[in-house]
Amino acid sequence: MSGTQMQSQASTDLGGDRMFVWGMLIILAFWSLFTVARSADPLMGAHAALFLGASVIGIFAMIAHRTSGYVAESDSYEMGVVKAGVFASVFWGIAGFLVGVIIAGQLAFPNLLYFPELPWTSFGRLRPLHTSAVIFAFGGNVLIATSFYVVQRTSRARLWGGLTPWFVFWGYNLFIVIAATGYLMGITQSKEYAEPEWYADLWLTIVWVAYLFVFLGTLLKRKEPHIYVANWFYLAFIVTIAMLHIVNNLAVPVSLTSSKSYSLFAGVQDALTQWWYGHNAVGFFLTAGFLAIMYYFIPKKAERPVYSYRLSIVHFWSLIFIYIWAGPHHLHYTALPEWAQTLGMTFSIMLWMPSWGGMINGLMTLSGAWDKLRTDPVLRMMVVSVAFYGMSTFEGPLMSIRAVNSLSHYTDWTIGHVHSGALGWVGYISFGALYCLVPWLWKRKELYSRQLVEWHFWISTLGILLYITSMWVSGIMQGMMWRAYNEFGFLEYSFVETVEAMNPYYIIRMLGGVLFLIGAFIMAYNLWRTARGDVREKEYVRDANIAAIPAE
Amino acid sequence: MLDRHEILEKRGLLLSVAILVVVAIGGIVEIAPLFYLESTIEKVKGVRPYSPLELAGRNIYLREGCYTCHSQMVRPLRDEVERYGHYSLAAESMYDHPFQWGSKRTGPDLARVGGKYSDAWHQQHLVDPRSVVPESVMPPYAMLNERALDYSQVEAWLKANRVVGVPYTDEMIENAKNDLEAQVDPFSEIYDDFIARYPKAQIREFDGDPRKITEMDAMIAYLQVLGTMVDFSTYEAEENYR
Repeated sequence: MSGTQMQSQASTDLGGDRMFVWGMLIILAFWSLFTVARSADPLMGAHAALFLGASVIGIFAMIAHRTSGYVAESDSYEMGVVKAGVFASVFWGIAGFLVGVIIAGQLAFPNLLYFPELPWTSFGRLRPLHTSAVIFAFGGNVLIATSFYVVQRTSRARLWGGLTPWFVFWGYNLFIVIAATGYLMGITQSKEYAEPEWYADLWLTIVWVAYLFVFLGTLLKRKEPHIYVANWFYLAFIVTIAMLHIVNNLAVPVSLTSSKSYSLFAGVQDALTQWWYGHNAVGFFLTAGFLAIMYYFIPKKAERPVYSYRLSIVHFWSLIFIYIWAGPHHLHYTALPEWAQTLGMTFSIMLWMPSWGGMINGLMTLSGAWDKLRTDPVLRMMVVSVAFYGMSTFEGPLMSIRAVNSLSHYTDWTIGHVHSGALGWVGYISFGALYCLVPWLWKRKELYSRQLVEWHFWISTLGILLYITSMWVSGIMQGMMWRAYNEFGFLEYSFVETVEAMNPYYIIRMLGGVLFLIGAFIMAYNLWRTARGDVREKEYVRDANIAAIPAE
Repeated sequence: MLDRHEILEKRGLLLSVAILVVVAIGGIVEIAPLFYLESTIEKVKGVRPYSPLELAGRNIYLREGCYTCHSQMVRPLRDEVERYGHYSLAAESMYDHPFQWGSKRTGPDLARVGGKYSDAWHQQHLVDPRSVVPESVMPPYAMLNERALDYSQVEAWLKANRVVGVPYTDEMIENAKNDLEAQVDPFSEIYDDFIARYPKAQIREFDGDPRKITEMDAMIAYLQVLGTMVDFSTYEAEENYR
């Protein structure tokens, strides 16, 4: 089917897109009605009721949409769904950071929100809520919103599929709600970053395939001869996440009306499948997708072309090829056969090069525009983000060396490493993109306040530094204490002494998280005022004078 | 060669297929052999499927997200072997759907926790961790004591596990409910049958309360079996080098 056919089909009254959305809503409504009626499992009943509510709201929305007689102009961009994605990103970001602060607090003050009779808010249930909220809810919405924006602008084509992009947005956020409420109720597969149960996974698969169709459909009807480099990364992210999600979540449900399932693989095979998935959730969700953001937003904001086209090609293919192999470094010294561990370690070290290739390509894009770092806090935020990317992609290969890993594994060092990437790289590049998108989408000349961006930047940078340094210290300290021997050849410390020793660092880590959260609130306020069209007049009068001084 | 990249850059579908091929290779080479190389799982005696009560306890372990703080994988390092016991074998988790090796030790490793503490210690520790370990940061799980274990689906649990490869026999599935009840009843009529089906299973009133089978019973039964199945006196480490 050619691009133009797709477009004309989408714009007819009961086009393929509407039939698809109606079909999905009706199937969902029937399935959830059946499950509500039949399920003996109260947790499954609750989730089916949630699905049912969502499908009923969806059906009403479709009727309202039809009776409103709204017809999209087929030659304009679809920016409504991008705006919705910006809202969702900020909302889930704050929610995810907040839960992070709470669980950090629980480790420092272990009776915080612990109710002996009610485990809903115990660490074991809130921790998946935190990781999923920041990775999939915040990160996912940022990626969906920016990819829908970038693919339209760089293809000079409206999003393919009429209402399908909206289905992707709402369907994805429904998945988030199902996952999050499930964790609180105790519905989990207990596989890290793949906790949602089988029916949520099936729903996400449908949504994700729709996402792929929208993205690819838009690429196919583009008016530019070349597919822009950012879109290669988005495409790799979408395709690979589909593959990883499907394979790692293969499971057999106890019954069709039960929320419980048992994973298809066991033990060592399950472990490697999980970390093949887990590490590439980092590689493709948190890296490839956000590199796409880097490749669009940094050149745009710096008003310079990407540093090297050839480096982009080499960087892209080597990164996606090598990343996939890196999973076994999560399983050093375990019962995983050693050949697999060695293979994983080798590729993890090799991964340093494409990662830094990407970093160089991003940083050097600023050549000739370095002065903007002084005057444009949004660009500075994105550049610091790339610097954090460089730092954590150096630390990662280091930690994947077996000897280093024997110390770092199971400790807070890993947590610190993850957060230097998550807060520094993913967080900052996302914030940068949001600061760019809001004025563009709502057609405002400037952000409400640049000074607030400065505050956000410095407060959260301090937060990140407190976070990662305290985790380095506590992680290395704990690793050293575990393996310390006394003069008689006995283990020096009991396990619980190492727990006790980490308390001050847990408090520092929590403070770091609080600062990062405060920064996010400042951003939310700034974006809100920007979208409303407000401008801090005083600030811009003064800034105009500063801008009049030529850069050196 | 890089000039040829134009071929991919102008064709969205071809680019997608190329990406899929490139990202599929690593996984195929690393993961697929684990399913057919016989050396992947050591040959040992003693590993059996979980009894119905242990499996119920494991379900609770999963539900509460214990893996977020506890690993179940002792590495072959001197300090770990001295602290926790013999390093973990792949065979020991061959019936674990999903695996629970974990990635973080906010609390200690649990791969060999079975038999290390008394039932009463586990019960008190789960109800109020800081009453036995003042420095602990573990959440309290007092509700396990009160909640009656819901095992109405126990046959379906075993069946689903059989579908994914755990060797539960028809007999085991038929008797799942009785076996679960038998494990907390030292005077059970099917004591011998149960032991025949699940060799060396521990049978006692795990939570000390004979009035009902609670989630605490299941949880402690699971914790007490962890790491106890393999008979290491007959294990030949040299024969299982991989």
